Amino acid sequence: MEIFKGTKVHDFMGKRIPFLSLSAVLVVVSLVLLFTRGLNLGIDFAGGTLVQVQYDHKAPIDKIRTVLNATDYKGSSITKFGSEDEVVIRVSGVSSNLANDIGDEMHKLLDSTGEFQIRRVDMVGPKVGGELREKGIMALSLSLIVILIYVSYRFEWRFAIASILALAHDVIIALGAISLVGVEVNLDILAAILTILGYSLNDTIIVFDRIREGVQTSKEAVLDKVVNTSVSRTLSRTTLTSLTTFFVVATLYFFGGEIINGFAFTLLVGVIVGTYSSIFIAASFLVQLRFSIESFRAKEAEKVKRQKEKEKMRAMYEKGTV
Amino acid sequence: MKIFNYRLVIFILSIIFGVVFSVPSFLQTETGKKISLGLDLQGGLHMLLGVQTNEAVTSKIKSTATAVKYFANDEDILIDGLSIKDNDRIVFTVLDQDELPKVDKMLEQISGLQITKNDLDYSLTLTPEEEVKTKDQAVAQAVETIRNRLDQFGLAEPNVVRQGETDIVVQLPGIKTAAEEKAARELISKPANLELMAVDEERADQVYTMSRAQAAQYGDIILEATDNPSVKYLVKEIPILNGSQVVDAQVAFDQSNQPIINFTLNSAGARIFGDFTAKNVGKRLAVVLDGKVYSAPNIRERIGGGSGQISGGFTVVEAGNVAIALRSGALPASVKLLEKRSVGPSLGADSIKASTIALVSGFLIVFMFMIIYYRRAGVIANVALVTNIFIIISVMAMFGATLTLPGMAGIVLTVGMAVDANVIITERIRELLRQGLSIPKAVEDGYSNAMRAILDANITTLLVAVILYAYGTGPIKGFAVTISIGILASMLTAILGTHGIYEALLPKIAKDKNLNKWFGIK
Repeated sequence: MEIFKGTKVHDFMGKRIPFLSLSAVLVVVSLVLLFTRGLNLGIDFAGGTLVQVQYDHKAPIDKIRTVLNATDYKGSSITKFGSEDEVVIRVSGVSSNLANDIGDEMHKLLDSTGEFQIRRVDMVGPKVGGELREKGIMALSLSLIVILIYVSYRFEWRFAIASILALAHDVIIALGAISLVGVEVNLDILAAILTILGYSLNDTIIVFDRIREGVQTSKEAVLDKVVNTSVSRTLSRTTLTSLTTFFVVATLYFFGGEIINGFAFTLLVGVIVGTYSSIFIAASFLVQLRFSIESFRAKEAEKVKRQKEKEKMRAMYEKGTV
Repeated sequence: MKIFNYRLVIFILSIIFGVVFSVPSFLQTETGKKISLGLDLQGGLHMLLGVQTNEAVTSKIKSTATAVKYFANDEDILIDGLSIKDNDRIVFTVLDQDELPKVDKMLEQISGLQITKNDLDYSLTLTPEEEVKTKDQAVAQAVETIRNRLDQFGLAEPNVVRQGETDIVVQLPGIKTAAEEKAARELISKPANLELMAVDEERADQVYTMSRAQAAQYGDIILEATDNPSVKYLVKEIPILNGSQVVDAQVAFDQSNQPIINFTLNSAGARIFGDFTAKNVGKRLAVVLDGKVYSAPNIRERIGGGSGQISGGFTVVEAGNVAIALRSGALPASVKLLEKRSVGPSLGADSIKASTIALVSGFLIVFMFMIIYYRRAGVIANVALVTNIFIIISVMAMFGATLTLPGMAGIVLTVGMAVDANVIITERIRELLRQGLSIPKAVEDGYSNAMRAILDANITTLLVAVILYAYGTGPIKGFAVTISIGILASMLTAILGTHGIYEALLPKIAKDKNLNKWFGIK
């Protein structure tokens, strides 16, 4: 079976301004969402306590609220979780006392609300939340620096900048979607964001490799045309890999259960945005950054020349003429 | 054609490796290393505890003060005003000028002290190095103590490890009920700090009218009785003995069949205890556990042999837990709960069920899709994919890695991305075939053309994964591990392995020349 025959060259770069504009709008909307609505930080980052309770009948949310409002846990949020029977209670406080914690107290307090079992208690102290936040940002920044260095070394600095821009594009839009839907941001969502980062980078580098190859092997002097050919040639691979990944992530989203829902949603958005950006956006940055085929070829030629000279010298040395 | 197909040989070896070492994980047999399930999947308790290391410094100062007092008694040196200021400083005054050299010599023998002397007044603090060392030891000892206690509590595979400078991670898989969890938490948090203290008989009657500040002036503290907070005792601040000299503790029963705890002291402790009781017949000795007075019996005679008992309102279970705690040693400093995650077993089971459904169905879709799209090339890619999964599980099992929910998601994602290498290669081969190259040439060039892109993509992802591992915690670390192993495994299976298969099949494919059957193109 073939979807793309691979012979037709699409004019992606000719339409780059509309696509870049669309992306600009998406990024701006995402940023506005992030700054106005913000992220719904879960207890991993904000600190606090989460208690997941499963009743053996429909959860009496109003009753739970009445009971809790009479205690120190006034104003805690109570939401349905997955089924009708299950609720999650979020409390902003934490208890550092090992012998008696919020889970124990909830057990006593909720005693009058019916038959239930506490399925999960997560408590994250403020210090831990702060540390997790710090470490997350640190890991993210370092990853970006390493990518910049590696891609600059293997390709050229404009490729590195373009790939980072494409990454930022994908991550910002994914974060925007998270903010819009109100997904609770916990460590696993961070893991999902980092996966998007890896996935999008993977995609972009495959496309860039084709462009590098095109620049090196073809005689074409116009960058737009090289890019169009390269992107068209990788189109089949990009869509196919995205489709398989999409299938897996979609099954995760639909069948993975409530606990993995936010994670799968983030990945789903990431795969879609990542695919779009590696086809329509990443290479456009390269063109916008005025990557010069001529100077790249000149540099490559210089490299080859130096290599040859070295080999020549070695050959002479080995023959004993020096 | 090559006579020796080293790629195929390596691939077959890696298949054997993957299958053999993942069997224990799949069947969950007892023998062999298997992947352990994270607490989110099997249920259990995860805690991050912070050791209050400042308390360890205070208690070190306290025990130094005890040593000074004991030495002064022993040598008949008169000292006055021996007390602890600001929790980190011992002060005292030597009354007789002539005895200063003796005191100095004694202090020299205690290492890690910073001594400030003003005429006859002494002030002792810990040196900065000693303070760091004390804090460090406190955390190490807390890890040891908690581990011992949990081992004796009879839980399966408790895991206690230090994290960073002051924190301890405790993981208890297999905790089922809230009551069980609570008991475990109480056992961990119990300081089990046993102290034997002298009651200040001179001022004992004033205890109900005295403030704590007044008591401090006499070098005394006021403690409450464990069974009745309104009963108060005035005791000397500096204990005669502390729990570090306890070598054994057992539950026993007294005449009225109430549970009590018998404890045994080591030889140094026994000597101090014997000397003290000999000199203080008729006075009271308070048995203090965690700052509460359990009993304060009259000393009738010298108590040799170094054993004593704690009585007072225990239940049998409580007495058992206190005995465990005493035997395992005191916590050198109290611990605070910084993070806690407890997952009930039913939730864990639900998570396993849901993610298995997602895993298997995700697999099947990718599988069918690859076969429909690439025909036999898809079958070859699928062989590599399955091997990849086996290798990931084997390697994780060998390193004793833990499979968590995000880790499982990581595997699911690796599945999606692992086919990528083969998709790239097969697309390249198709491209070359369309250009009219012969099949063997197209396969060889397809691999070499695709290689640079795959390597660059994999290396960048690997670099990012390494950084995530170094800086990440919990699920992120697990995720980084799964992805790193997945990438390395896919280099082995998807690049080397499939190439080996093609090499072996090439004569057949070249003879067959059916491009649709082998590569899915017309």
